[in-house]
Amino acid sequence: MSLDKETVKRIATLARLKLSDERMGPMQQDLNHILTFIDQLNEVETKDVTPMAGVNTPAMPFRKDVVNDGDIVEQVLANAPEVACNMFVVPKVVE
Amino acid sequence: MDNRYIYEGASGPWELVIGLEVHAQIISNSKLFSGAATEFGAEPNTQVSLVDAAMPGMLPVINEVCIEQAIKTGLGINAEINLHSVFDRKNYFYADLPQGYQISQYLQPIVGQGHLDVELEDGSVRRIGITRLHLEQDAGKSIHDQHPQKSYIDLNRSGVALMEIVSEPDIRSAEEASAYVHKLRSIVRCLETCDGNMDQGSMRVDVNVSVRKAGAPFGTRAEIKNVNSIKFLAQAIHYEADRQISILEEGGEVQQETRLFDAARGTTRPMRSKEHAHDYRYFPDPDLPPLVIDKAWVEAIRKSMPELPDAKKARLMKDYELTAYDASVLVRETETAAYFEEALKSLKPSNTKSAKLLANWLIGEVFGALNREDKTLSESPVSATHLAGLVNQIQDGVISGKIAKEVFSLMWETGKDASSLIEEHGLKQVSDDGPILVVIDKILAAHSDKVVEYQSGKDKLFGFFVGQVMKEMAGKANPDLVNKLLKEKLK
Amino acid sequence: MTTLAPKPVLKNDLIRLTLADAKEGLAKKSFSSVELTQAYLDAMAEHRHLNAYILETPELALTRAEESDKKLAQGSGGALEGLPIAIKDLFCSAGTQTTAGSHILKGFTPTYESTVSHNLKTAGAVSLGKTNLDEFAMGSANITSYYGNVINPWKRADGKDLTPGGSSGGSAAAVAAGLAIAATGTDTGGSIRQPAAFSGIVGIKPTYGRCSRWGIVAFASSLDQAGPMTRDVRDAALLLKVMAGHDPKDSTSAPREVPDFEKALTQGVKGLRVGIPKEYRLPGMPDDIVKLWEKGAKWLQEAGAEIIDISLPHTKYSLPVYYVLAPAEASSNLARYDGVRYGLRVPGGTLDELYENTRSDGFGDEVQRRILIGTYVLSAGYYDAYYLKAQRVRTLITQDFQKAFEKVDVILTPTTPSAAFALDEKPTDPVVMYLNDVLTVSANLAGLPGLSVPAGLSSEGLPLGLQLLGPAFDESVLFRVGKVIEDAAAFKSFLER
Repeated sequence: MSLDKETVKRIATLARLKLSDERMGPMQQDLNHILTFIDQLNEVETKDVTPMAGVNTPAMPFRKDVVNDGDIVEQVLANAPEVACNMFVVPKVVE
Repeated sequence: MDNRYIYEGASGPWELVIGLEVHAQIISNSKLFSGAATEFGAEPNTQVSLVDAAMPGMLPVINEVCIEQAIKTGLGINAEINLHSVFDRKNYFYADLPQGYQISQYLQPIVGQGHLDVELEDGSVRRIGITRLHLEQDAGKSIHDQHPQKSYIDLNRSGVALMEIVSEPDIRSAEEASAYVHKLRSIVRCLETCDGNMDQGSMRVDVNVSVRKAGAPFGTRAEIKNVNSIKFLAQAIHYEADRQISILEEGGEVQQETRLFDAARGTTRPMRSKEHAHDYRYFPDPDLPPLVIDKAWVEAIRKSMPELPDAKKARLMKDYELTAYDASVLVRETETAAYFEEALKSLKPSNTKSAKLLANWLIGEVFGALNREDKTLSESPVSATHLAGLVNQIQDGVISGKIAKEVFSLMWETGKDASSLIEEHGLKQVSDDGPILVVIDKILAAHSDKVVEYQSGKDKLFGFFVGQVMKEMAGKANPDLVNKLLKEKLK
Repeated sequence: MTTLAPKPVLKNDLIRLTLADAKEGLAKKSFSSVELTQAYLDAMAEHRHLNAYILETPELALTRAEESDKKLAQGSGGALEGLPIAIKDLFCSAGTQTTAGSHILKGFTPTYESTVSHNLKTAGAVSLGKTNLDEFAMGSANITSYYGNVINPWKRADGKDLTPGGSSGGSAAAVAAGLAIAATGTDTGGSIRQPAAFSGIVGIKPTYGRCSRWGIVAFASSLDQAGPMTRDVRDAALLLKVMAGHDPKDSTSAPREVPDFEKALTQGVKGLRVGIPKEYRLPGMPDDIVKLWEKGAKWLQEAGAEIIDISLPHTKYSLPVYYVLAPAEASSNLARYDGVRYGLRVPGGTLDELYENTRSDGFGDEVQRRILIGTYVLSAGYYDAYYLKAQRVRTLITQDFQKAFEKVDVILTPTTPSAAFALDEKPTDPVVMYLNDVLTVSANLAGLPGLSVPAGLSSEGLPLGLQLLGPAFDESVLFRVGKVIEDAAAFKSFLER
């Protein structure tokens, strides 16, 4: 499969990356090159093979329902670029 | 097809197709994947852990009580519990979604298919299919009214556990939709898995609405968000049905879109922030191994479940011969059922007759008064014991049903119990022959012409004499006794 | 410290000691932790042109060293008391800037300490600073770091600057050049083993789940593992023992006891079955690497092991699988860098513009390439063809190993398909760069432990590594075999030359 410019734009928007016109061409070429490499996987017969998401981890461990975290507002906000009223600030979002 | 489901448009009847996605906040001390607290109304960002703020390198660990609550709710909606389920990441960018993804369950939810039977006002019952229930994280909150050009982000709610309960598109009217949400809410409240408070956002409903000609395939649906009461749910559905039908009848096409309900106007409008075509790129969260549940655990939870509304309804119908509708109204809210059962304890004698009387008084007078004053049952000035006391006074013949209404009004105003009010206002029913006979003689003497007419066959006049006696005695005479004595006198 | 015995060791010699020897020296009070630490700080200052560190923390290090000296004087202290190590700048360190080699984490100072670095510090280790790395650990040459590339202390005859490999290139160069006694690395597709091989040091990627991932900036969560990078096999065993262990804060952390890896060092290989996978003999593999591999097999055979030819038929597909799964996970893991809660913010009129401006300026080209690939392979219509397909082939790769470990106890391969290359010879084609990890990436996909041991020199006089792969949670067998290879190879490190 090969990516056209429109698709590259669409996935860039999904990933919130801005691709200038001069970066678009080389990026499209690189991505297609990588995809061609990945396309080797089509040689493998995988009809009855179960997909594998993780390794060595049979089941999820559980946590007790106790409040032992939070109440660290200074730590939460310590690295924030913009804070007001103990909240993070972003340009206005219209719903 | 039942007319109830039909919307009459200019081009003829349309059928409404509704599916509901209910987000129910799980009752737990701490969040789904972190140890931060979940209480409502805390100071901004005080209930946030580094995990909830999506700091680099932070990892989720699941809260076992949230799993238990989901299982319990799953059992409550007659659903299968999946012993193996998977958490996925739903990827999208949003101001109040710090990770850039929501941990949810997509292909393998913890709870599979189930159903709810909902009672309608005409006494009929509709079975609404439930597709699934899954666990997911709540998002934070964006606050837009603090600054003209900025939004402020509070992450207190970020990571709180939600159950998303998705219905089949089986719902055909606003009434059914309301009944479904009522039923679901009564179940989660009964199980104490969610407090069901729609005004605080701990239960939120997204409504998928489409219309079609009877028998036609499903039409294009619009999803309505921000519906935060059952009253608004019906409003939103009516508005949306009218809107879609107008569009279609004018030859237009309904857009598949997300719309926001505007409670002030009772209308819906397209949501501007969801302009980007969504592609959530779900994939299994590599930070979380599969969720494996022990079957024995599920059985233990099943055994510990309290009596559910359906079972309670059946019991009330069987034990007290209540009608299906009355019973369903009584079990709809946990607090109503609790009030009724509390009152039952104070009934003397407690039998089918008194219980039915109690139910009538609760559904009729108490609910009527609550509605008039826009109050909930917990705010009722008449307590369960007091209502039972009133019914006891009627049963004992201390007051008539008519006087009882007066007593009830006094109880509502003052919060006092029935017997002291009866005493205080001298409302006690007269059940002695003597004083009644004195009044009867006086009435008969005053209306001797009518006595003659009656005795010559005009039976209907009997009611007139009863009325006059009761009037003279300010309604306090025992009506049975008045009847009996009058009959003897007029013989 | 004035109470110390006369110093028999010269300052220059201090940085040549292994971790185990330095530990002994501290115990015997041959030198103090402050002296040892200062020796490293001096070496770091002298070799800044290698760019091994993004941030040096000399004051913190000396304060810690003084505390360690007090403990040592009292005869107390942890397993690594007073030993100066370097931390890859992917591990969050409380109160110290953590960058992941990326501009997007500009100014980020965690308020928390990663579990692994916490374990090390609790054991008494002294942190010298944060080492350079490929941006978000994405790379095999340490050239994608926002903080500039790292230079390998080794030189070829032509004198060109060489890559130390990546992504843990700063850690590798620091350990090789004597700028840290040992260092932490992380390995998602070979990021510990490949730079270890390029720099002539030892590196082990433990079994997935052995070391907690909590507090390590995530790249690909189902593949990332932390591990030690050291002067020799013994040091790796010592350091891993401290780094590893179950962490309830990481749901993928294995609830298992950590064995005493040092015990394995003396067990030898007599009777062990060593597998040689034919698929690892790549077409066009340089002769010196093939020869070294054969030599390694011979050493083990002479030490009493049985050499068995095996097949791992899906080896060829490991890299394509990796370049679907790792970018997919990364595209999601890196979504949190949005300019709202920490790090770089490049303003924008709307929230989406703020996101796009921040992320386009904050992430380098390679990271953006991988985010885009990852976004694409997960997107509607392509998920089955790419992501699910790759997950299925991952199952086959894992099954290959399961079958192999029915026949053998350990697998021997070269670590890299070449020796370190010159920075000005770096491939412009990303796919050619990816091939660096062709021999290491399978272990990540299957979650298995892999150890790289320096075993000889290339025809150009550069270090080459041999890789040992073992069954899950059997790092001990790698240390057993690794020690035998190390002894037989008698490799002379950069500092010993």
